[in-house]
Amino acid sequence: MGRKLLLEKAHVEGIRHYDVYRREGGYRSVEKALKTMSPDQVTEEVKKSGLRGRGGAGFPAGMKWSFLAKPEGVPRYLVVNADESEPGTFKDRYLMEFIPHLLIEGMICASYALGSNRSYIYIRGEYWWVKEILEQAIQEARNAGMLGKNILGSGFDCDIFVHPGAGAYICGEETALLESLEGKRGNPRLKPPFPAVKGLWGCPTVVNNVETISAVVPIVNDGGDEYAKLGTGKSTGTKLISACGNINKPGVYEIEMNISVEEFIYSDEYCGGIANGKRLKACIPGGSSVPILPANLLLKTAKGDARMMTYESLSDGGFATGTMMGSGGFIVMDEDQCVVKHTYTLARFYRHESCGQCSPCREGTGWMEKILLNIENGKGKMSDIDLLWDIQRKIEGNTICPLGDAAAWPVAAAIRHFRDEFEWHVTNPSDALSRNYGLANYAKPLEVVTTA
Amino acid sequence: MADEKKLFKVTIDNITVDVEPGTTILQAARKIGGDVTPPAMCYYSKLKDSGGKCRTCLVEVAQGSTADPRPMPKLVASCRTNVMDGMVVKNITSERVIDARNGVVEFLLINHPLDCPICDQAGECHLQDLSYENGKSASRYEFKKRTFDKHDLGPYIQLHMTRCILCYRCVYVADQVSGERRHGILNRGDHAEIATYIEKSLDNDFIGNVIDVCPVGALTDKTFRFKNRVWFTKPVDAHCNCDKCSGEVQLWMRGDEVLRVTARKDEWGEVKDTTKGEPGWICNTCRFERKKVSDWVIEGPSQVNRHSVISQGHYTGLVKPKETIQKVTGRDPKLLLNIKDVTEVNQVELSELKGPATSQVFKQLKKEN
Amino acid sequence: MKFSDDKLKQVDELVAHYPEGKQKSALIPLLHFVQKENGGWLSTEAMDYAAELLAITPIEVYEVATFYSMFNLQPVGKTIFEVCQTGPCMLNGSDGIVAYIYEKLGIRPGETTADGLFTLKTAECLGACGYAPMMQIGPSYREKLTKEKVDALIEEGRKKLN
Repeated sequence: MGRKLLLEKAHVEGIRHYDVYRREGGYRSVEKALKTMSPDQVTEEVKKSGLRGRGGAGFPAGMKWSFLAKPEGVPRYLVVNADESEPGTFKDRYLMEFIPHLLIEGMICASYALGSNRSYIYIRGEYWWVKEILEQAIQEARNAGMLGKNILGSGFDCDIFVHPGAGAYICGEETALLESLEGKRGNPRLKPPFPAVKGLWGCPTVVNNVETISAVVPIVNDGGDEYAKLGTGKSTGTKLISACGNINKPGVYEIEMNISVEEFIYSDEYCGGIANGKRLKACIPGGSSVPILPANLLLKTAKGDARMMTYESLSDGGFATGTMMGSGGFIVMDEDQCVVKHTYTLARFYRHESCGQCSPCREGTGWMEKILLNIENGKGKMSDIDLLWDIQRKIEGNTICPLGDAAAWPVAAAIRHFRDEFEWHVTNPSDALSRNYGLANYAKPLEVVTTA
Repeated sequence: MADEKKLFKVTIDNITVDVEPGTTILQAARKIGGDVTPPAMCYYSKLKDSGGKCRTCLVEVAQGSTADPRPMPKLVASCRTNVMDGMVVKNITSERVIDARNGVVEFLLINHPLDCPICDQAGECHLQDLSYENGKSASRYEFKKRTFDKHDLGPYIQLHMTRCILCYRCVYVADQVSGERRHGILNRGDHAEIATYIEKSLDNDFIGNVIDVCPVGALTDKTFRFKNRVWFTKPVDAHCNCDKCSGEVQLWMRGDEVLRVTARKDEWGEVKDTTKGEPGWICNTCRFERKKVSDWVIEGPSQVNRHSVISQGHYTGLVKPKETIQKVTGRDPKLLLNIKDVTEVNQVELSELKGPATSQVFKQLKKEN
Repeated sequence: MKFSDDKLKQVDELVAHYPEGKQKSALIPLLHFVQKENGGWLSTEAMDYAAELLAITPIEVYEVATFYSMFNLQPVGKTIFEVCQTGPCMLNGSDGIVAYIYEKLGIRPGETTADGLFTLKTAECLGACGYAPMMQIGPSYREKLTKEKVDALIEEGRKKLN
């Protein structure tokens, strides 16, 4: 069994409350950081840990912190991104719901390191009950003197507030989140300037994911070097994976990044295999935006090695034969699922969630959705498949924010790996309405091209 | 000298220009002029925070700067990206840029009604120009185009939401010029629209400027609605003593009639500075109420961008500015269509027309000549 | 619309989460609050009141209210079933749930029953993918839906009337 750093205590009775959490060793990192370390030392430990942003992009957290501008007399802010909305991802909700104090503890350490006296948690509005859990936990921490003025006699002041969103995936993009936090529409900002220079209310700001900030707690407690020993290569530490789709045991798992994808899907410790005794057809391992892979490429890389649950191994082969770790939303599809239909629901999602600010995304997402629906309903033409490819190509990389890419990639990957299935929908329109294409060749082992 | 600023060297499509630090790529390109300049549908130099949205001005940065020569991986919005010393930019010399721009134009047009024949903006529409330069002759979009509920903005300003490309310029004008905003962007994604939510007329003294900044026919002048085609009118510069604005305007005349009043525009289609050096926004009184020649002191014919259809057939003996395109690509510039080559309609002097231009009137005039 | 002193105190608490002069930041929390107090939707009057409370212009409120999907700009039924339709829920049979609700109540997505009791909406990913299929009813999630569970939810909704 892999080591757990975040969820180890998540199921201790009453861990949601300060007293129990504290009794179980909680808030040690706050004591250690505020009493024995300088803010820069905390940042240094996070750098050493190799912790990568857990929101999806995987950017090194310590580096992000060190970019924060520190002009005299200007407040700085830490904002935690809890707008978890990527289809397939529900790990942050789990963490906040079961062990809210872990996030608060991490936020105090991070706020200390960054010099933020007023930090925010931006949580998606639909998680209303989680917001209430967090607010209660914050109040408990305030009562215990972990938040407020002069925390633990260190002279450091910090308070945390929870800000609810109101239903907009785009607010998970950090600059859209800041706009939303300022009481505006969630339109992403043009970068540069980056939030580290001009963020919330024009002040230097760091935006980090819930899981990233929570991971600061074990990093401060045990040291960055110790954290970096876990995992593989540049994928240090543990990662929360939210597994869903056609598996026996959907849920949130904390994995050490040293197991294979096959083990994750089939072992009883994790997903427990494909539901109803069916066979694996495809998987989107990092949330809906990352490329879908057929079973054969998912379990083995194009070189024939076992694919591991690490940032590097999942992206092995680039977009041609690989995918991404993303946010850890692991969506599994069995042999009875239709890739075209699934891609259509994702296209519909991105059309619904596009902010409408820039033209390629506003117009292109809706266009892709319409074409995909036609193909799914047996009204497609062969040329539609190439048209889809061309549309996604013209959206990708040409938009203000990554939502354009996120909308383009699933369509691109579906066509790249499942073109047969798209063509079958076109050539067998009546079958497409009554049955699925099935597993076809998608699980057959690929021929490995060896170079002498 | 200590206070002399060091200038940045930037090369755009093989032409090098010196600009001040803080200049955007687009502004640097405008300094060069001609075809090297990326098109801009949403950026407006006189409106703070504008730009970055339409994605038509995307360019490739082949070299970031002398200090850091790495290329930028993605195309960047030239209107909001500052130049660095030694930056090398590719606009029309980049296949990637041309391809992306064609894509953007296609996206902008899939839901656009293409109702140019009945649109008052036709002839001075930036989307028309953009499509002519970068568009295709046929559409690959086979679905029903998006429509919106009609929304009334009052007696002066006509809104056609279907034509809107969501450049946000009119929102910035309301915030930054009129100082009072009653309209905004409502809804999200492909349903986003310009509206006031509950119908309110826009009646601020300076709100008429939204018409001048609108790059398409989404916001047009109700007092000019269906009165004439812009290419049949003659623009002249004029001024008056106005207590609200500079009073420096452009009159769009047909014979002795003032059909429309607008601010004066520069070669990029933006409102010019006044003689006092301030942005030449004009007030609603000048724009909508002063429609008599006697209200104005006429200065003379306006300089019209030679690219504009409005300049066709109006003036002779103009000196053509030098072409940069030949220098860049080695090919000849695109020839503008001479309307008289393909139609008989305009074989008469337009200024001689009295009243609406019907075929009868044309026949009559032709007979007389 | 006008809040009592007690309600105004709650509004002040929301505004106090933000630094001085940044009261506009409280707009989304405030709109949630106003919507709750206004019977589950935002009328023009309610939005104008929110603008007044934060000393911002009404259009700033309209722009925000129309952007976010949780704000209802029309009156809604007493119970709103918002069934998630995105990828993972689809894989686990969300289409069947929508079809079953139609079978039981005769409403399709976007429709309200004649008695005004139930509204059916489809929703995009609500972050409960591991507990699919699911729906949101007001502030709470109902997960791992089955026909039996839907029956129970309909019963629950009917009881609300009495």
